[in-house]
Amino acid sequence: MATYLIKRVFSVIPVMLVVAVIVFMMLRLTPGDPAAIIAGDAATSQDIAQIRDKLGLEEPLIAQFGIWIGNMLTGDFGDSFYYKRTVSSMIADRVGPTLALATFTIFLACIVAVPLGTIAAYKQGSWLDRTVMGMSVVGFSVPVFVIGYIMIYIFAVKLDWFPVQGYQPISDGIGGFIYRLIMPSMALSVIFIALIARMTRTSVLEVLNEDYIRTARAKGLAESKVMTRHALRNAAVPIVTVIGFAVAILIGGVVVTESVFVIPGLGTLTLDAIQGRDYPTVQALIMLFSVVYVLINLFIDVIYTILDPRIRY
Amino acid sequence: MTTEAIQTDLTEETEARSRPSAWSRLSQNLSARIGGGLLLLIALIGLFASFLTTLDPTEINPSNRLKSPGHEASIRDDEGKKHKVTAHMGTDSLGRDIYSRVVYGSRISLVVGIAVALISVLAGTLIGLVAGYFRWVDAIVMRIMDGLMAIPAILLAISLVSLSGASLFAVIFAISIPEIPRVVRLVRSIVLTIREEPYVEAAISVGTPTPKILWRHVLPNTISPLIVQGTFICGSAILLEAILSFLGVGIPPETPTWGNIMAEGRDFFQIHPHAIFFPAIFLSLTVLAINMLGDGMRDTLDPRMDRNI
Repeated sequence: MATYLIKRVFSVIPVMLVVAVIVFMMLRLTPGDPAAIIAGDAATSQDIAQIRDKLGLEEPLIAQFGIWIGNMLTGDFGDSFYYKRTVSSMIADRVGPTLALATFTIFLACIVAVPLGTIAAYKQGSWLDRTVMGMSVVGFSVPVFVIGYIMIYIFAVKLDWFPVQGYQPISDGIGGFIYRLIMPSMALSVIFIALIARMTRTSVLEVLNEDYIRTARAKGLAESKVMTRHALRNAAVPIVTVIGFAVAILIGGVVVTESVFVIPGLGTLTLDAIQGRDYPTVQALIMLFSVVYVLINLFIDVIYTILDPRIRY
Repeated sequence: MTTEAIQTDLTEETEARSRPSAWSRLSQNLSARIGGGLLLLIALIGLFASFLTTLDPTEINPSNRLKSPGHEASIRDDEGKKHKVTAHMGTDSLGRDIYSRVVYGSRISLVVGIAVALISVLAGTLIGLVAGYFRWVDAIVMRIMDGLMAIPAILLAISLVSLSGASLFAVIFAISIPEIPRVVRLVRSIVLTIREEPYVEAAISVGTPTPKILWRHVLPNTISPLIVQGTFICGSAILLEAILSFLGVGIPPETPTWGNIMAEGRDFFQIHPHAIFFPAIFLSLTVLAINMLGDGMRDTLDPRMDRNI
């Protein structure tokens, strides 16, 4: 197990290196002078020369890449061309809302989807099962911004239960913080409820055919205990995997949801940076999101190996 | 083998032969029927957009801004005659007819969906075949694919569009890139199983050239999973295009796409929600139709495959 774990941890390095090369090359492969692209339309040749110098564009490509990677590893993501601040301080300012939204969403999705999927599997073929599965196809198909606007229209504009948009930091009171997060995380959780409910159903169905479930029932264990203690526990691995996989969709969803609900998080920062052609910020954010995705999946893999004695590599 | 065993064997064989064709199984599937029917309807709307609308979807009309659905307006044509027209879905903040824009928008969505599905399936199959068959290519290619998959699709697409400039082609290209690794993984996993099959070994042993083995023996096995995967890609591409347009980083805003109509309606949403709701209904129904068709195809064409999102 130890060898596998070490191998798994080190397998992150080539993946991140490829991500870094892609992010680095994206700007270099664009037709034209990267410095001119960064500087924008209204730049003087002096500005461009300054940026060229800053990016080390006169150096060979490999050296440029080395400088960039080296700086990033020491936590230096460079300066934003747009806000004239260091990128890392901007990320630090904006990370809170995104983290709150993402955690709330996954939490909400799990407490709704796992029971739904389990019940659907338990009552396989019933109207309940069909409804859950039918709704999950709908959940996949309606984009998050559409759900967001429908919710804003019903709950904020018509019923006036929630504020239309906005965010309140936790330091200004936990009540308002949660109150303002409810709508965005509900909107974003729909796709995950669909995804996790489906996976839970498939996974529980498979487990329910196992011998040990029959044994548990034969020895007279209550159905609720059979489901929670035997079925769900054994069905957990694929469910956790799909949550790890969902992180990629979650990051994309966060960008859209933050934009709809005007939440000052990393998603809106990314959009502003892309629209403002603020490449150091864009590069840093893409790297950051990819690292998060890769690390969460690494964490899940490691957790399995420790928790599930059947998994051996 | 006893006579009985031979008999069961024979009946099994005839059963296998009398199994209905893929097409007829698909047409029996409820999900595929609803999805396919709905999709056909939307495709027809896109195809006959010019017959279904009376107004130019890009025509700006300042005196008709932000009108509610059903509003009647008189419009002067080129010869100076006045016409009464009804804005079935209202107008946007520039006075453009939302109904015309939504109807024409279905063209862009379907073109993007189909183009992305074709490009990513073709490119992914090619890469996957080579990666699955040649070990030394495999190691390099799969690392690149892992890296591509680690970048969230929306972010990759947004940055690719912003670098290459907003246009229909840029958007199609930008959405195809994040989809390719998923196809590569699928094709590669099939190739890895197939290359161990006795008939492939037999083909190798009689000296069949590798390209021919790939073409004759390996490729046919990838077709049904790829049709299913391509259908899901088409749906997610339409969704992604709408998201890009909605965020203002997609196809130029004057082009009638569902995402652009919604993006334009954002600022006036509280008073005029129709500018968002009508395109939203079309978008959701289209993606739903494609996903239902895909689900039906997966169940009938390839029951072993798990849903690959």
